Amino acid sequence: MTSNIRKDERPRSGQPDGRPERPPTDYSASGPSHVIGDWLLFESDGSVVVMVGKAEVGQGIRTSLALAVAEELRMPAEHVQVLMADTRLTPYDMGTFGSRTTPYTAPILHKAAAAARQLFVERAAALWAVDPPELAVEGGSINHPPTGRSIPYANLITDAEAGRLNELWSDDEAITPSESWTTAGKPALRAEGRDFVTGKHRYTTDMTRPGMLIGAVLRPPSIGATLASLNGSAAEALPGVTVVRTEKFAGVVAPDRATARRALALLRPTWNLGSAGTHVSSANVFDFLKSHPAAPQAHNRWAGADVFETGSLTEGMAAASGGHTLEASYRVAYIAHSPLETRAAIAEWDNGELTVWTGTQRPFGVRSELAAAFGKPEEQVRVIVPDTGSAYGGKHTGDAAIEAAWLALAASRPVKLTWSREEEFTAAYFRPAGLIEVRSAIDAGGRITAWDYHNYNSGAAGIRTPYAVPHQYIEFHTTETPLRQGSYRALAATANNFARESHMDELACLVGSDPLDFRLLNLPDVADPVQSRLRAVLLAATERFAWASRPTGTQGPTGHGYGLACGTEKGSYIATCAEVDVDPSSGQVWVTHVVQAFECGAIVDPEGLENQVEGAIVMGLGGALIERIDFDKGHVLTDRFSRYPVPRFRDVPTIETVLLDRKDLPSAGAGETPIIGVAPAVANAIFDATGVRLRALPLARNPERQQP
Amino acid sequence: MTLELRVNDTPRQLDADESTSLLVVMREHLGLTGCKPGCGEGECGACTILLDGKAVRSCITEARQAVGKDVLTIEGLEIDGQLHPLQQAFLDNGAFQCGYCTPGMIMSALALLNSCSDPGEQQIIDAMQGNICRCGTYLRIVRAIRQGGAAMRSGASHTEKVESPL
Repeated sequence: MTSNIRKDERPRSGQPDGRPERPPTDYSASGPSHVIGDWLLFESDGSVVVMVGKAEVGQGIRTSLALAVAEELRMPAEHVQVLMADTRLTPYDMGTFGSRTTPYTAPILHKAAAAARQLFVERAAALWAVDPPELAVEGGSINHPPTGRSIPYANLITDAEAGRLNELWSDDEAITPSESWTTAGKPALRAEGRDFVTGKHRYTTDMTRPGMLIGAVLRPPSIGATLASLNGSAAEALPGVTVVRTEKFAGVVAPDRATARRALALLRPTWNLGSAGTHVSSANVFDFLKSHPAAPQAHNRWAGADVFETGSLTEGMAAASGGHTLEASYRVAYIAHSPLETRAAIAEWDNGELTVWTGTQRPFGVRSELAAAFGKPEEQVRVIVPDTGSAYGGKHTGDAAIEAAWLALAASRPVKLTWSREEEFTAAYFRPAGLIEVRSAIDAGGRITAWDYHNYNSGAAGIRTPYAVPHQYIEFHTTETPLRQGSYRALAATANNFARESHMDELACLVGSDPLDFRLLNLPDVADPVQSRLRAVLLAATERFAWASRPTGTQGPTGHGYGLACGTEKGSYIATCAEVDVDPSSGQVWVTHVVQAFECGAIVDPEGLENQVEGAIVMGLGGALIERIDFDKGHVLTDRFSRYPVPRFRDVPTIETVLLDRKDLPSAGAGETPIIGVAPAVANAIFDATGVRLRALPLARNPERQQP
Repeated sequence: MTLELRVNDTPRQLDADESTSLLVVMREHLGLTGCKPGCGEGECGACTILLDGKAVRSCITEARQAVGKDVLTIEGLEIDGQLHPLQQAFLDNGAFQCGYCTPGMIMSALALLNSCSDPGEQQIIDAMQGNICRCGTYLRIVRAIRQGGAAMRSGASHTEKVESPL
């Protein structure tokens, strides 16, 4: 039996470079491949290589997917390696986003592995001429207890199969129910951990190729400026420097980074500055968004439909007679992902074929971008994603990959391009800013009767209310945007939950109701799965937080406050309690304690899940309190960490996570939703502490203090 | 010009200007890519290495400042395949997500423990304030530093594991 992937290049944390004898078929159009051997490779030493087109960007799926396969194959997870995100070696994948790995990809692997296990049982039964029910599976082997015989999987594969089973798995394959898991669902160490702590893990930024040169790209002096002319002669006089000009950009290639930077500084460009957007700034952008509608387009609708309507708003508003109505608007700023590893790519041409190593969440999408940019068939382009220094939704596009490929083509050598931090803050895309207007009514009993909700620009994800409201009109309005914008962890669910859950608190305050009681009152249907799961996390979080026994401000605001928020997105459920201290004179806010309950069905990797939930809370605190892209006259002003504060050690509160393990429910993704409750919980706690309702993110940098 | 440095207990000679940043020296001249570029202005701590046991931001430190000093990078911590107790503590506590900040975190923590063998939680937080973990694993990092510090105080060699004090 031959092995396709060399042992010294096992995909523990980097990526192997072996070539399989049979690349997987591109099933992009027809759904996932059902050939077991496209997903699983059985090595002669008894180990298994899982092949999957997802990228590891810190969310821990290299570990959780290994657990899934180890579970079905009844073998230790240490013997399962995961080969990820290589367009030549792994099956097609749409991209690593939308919290899809656990609900969509893991079940494929469960089914493929379960089908493989069943095949091995049948083959062993035939070999020994016994009934399959007499056989047991354990430790990667098939055993026959009555006779004590045992045979490893690897010995049940023919030489001709070369480690890959050609049989198919089926959609209704019997997989191990989560209640019976013995490997998945248990604490596991991250597969890449050892390479992280020794510094051995090689990100794209760290890689080299034989003969590799270093590239750098000339960035426009202001947003929207285009290159009019370029004099590169001074730069090209430097030894080993090539000046490159394409239709889209200009850049240089040099033997090292210092020379590349020097060459860049010697370029003499002239620019067409244009005037588009120069009158818009971070101060007036919300007026701009509302007054600049744009036709909805597939690429900027972000998620879901644009309008949701139930009942009649007129009726709903009228039903509130004896109750209250409320109108308020909420704002969220543009923020940056600022992954610690900046965008980077290495491009290498070989006889017209292109290979690019790059940190992206969409390896196959970037392959398409490259193929289109260079007029190549996709088979001649290979994208390989080394495990990446995080992304948070920010690395969907192939910008760095395309730039590196142009530079490599011009230099006829492999070229590495690593964006600087300033490029990361100015040339990448941002989380969209948004304006959200809410008009609502509650009846005398505190039930919401009408919900009129308009989101301008931030997005449709998480836009629908989970509360029981008979009369609703909810619309996402596409607008023009002065800054380049795109996906961000949880998309607009953060903005929409901030607006909705802030507004819920305002309504609770109007009727003098406790924020928890008010939410439960408006989630009355315990038979409804959404409402009941939301109630469960609300109750779990508030119980751990001791919400009912918190000191309440009978003497008026004390500078110390407690806030609550909840939400659901992408099939998982969150409730967050926050405790804050506010200095009344400076307005400075300290979040001192956060309790977050999270439920995402059956838990696959409890250790990784807790890490994700904690990390999402910390990242959420950044957007909630301090992060904002400031821009004016076509310039991003917050273009480095010294100007764009992010959460650091001192900003972190005590955090308690309560993970609800619903073994009876399918596993949902967990990398995104835990971020959505933080901002509204903190905003509500600030109101509790001060009596001041802040309706704009970031809360600690509000330009004006809005009065309640 | 030829620079002579002592890196991870090994004398190294390289052809670079004294004003070259230590980050470039480590990564491009010596192939020690454990120290990471993150910001280029000493704000994120990903490039942290030690000079005579003290933490420096290698991206804003010129090579001349390392002459005559002991340079220690993340690659110098592991001995004969055995992790340093601080590395083991980061591993045990899962004190990372994407791992990009991890070497800088460990080196900053080691500098702290060199100067103060038993720091309290607030001391750890203050000392680590210059290191960014965008994934937000700060609480785990603090736990790992406490565990690693306890292991170092008890004189644990690279092979022994010490239970977390927490």
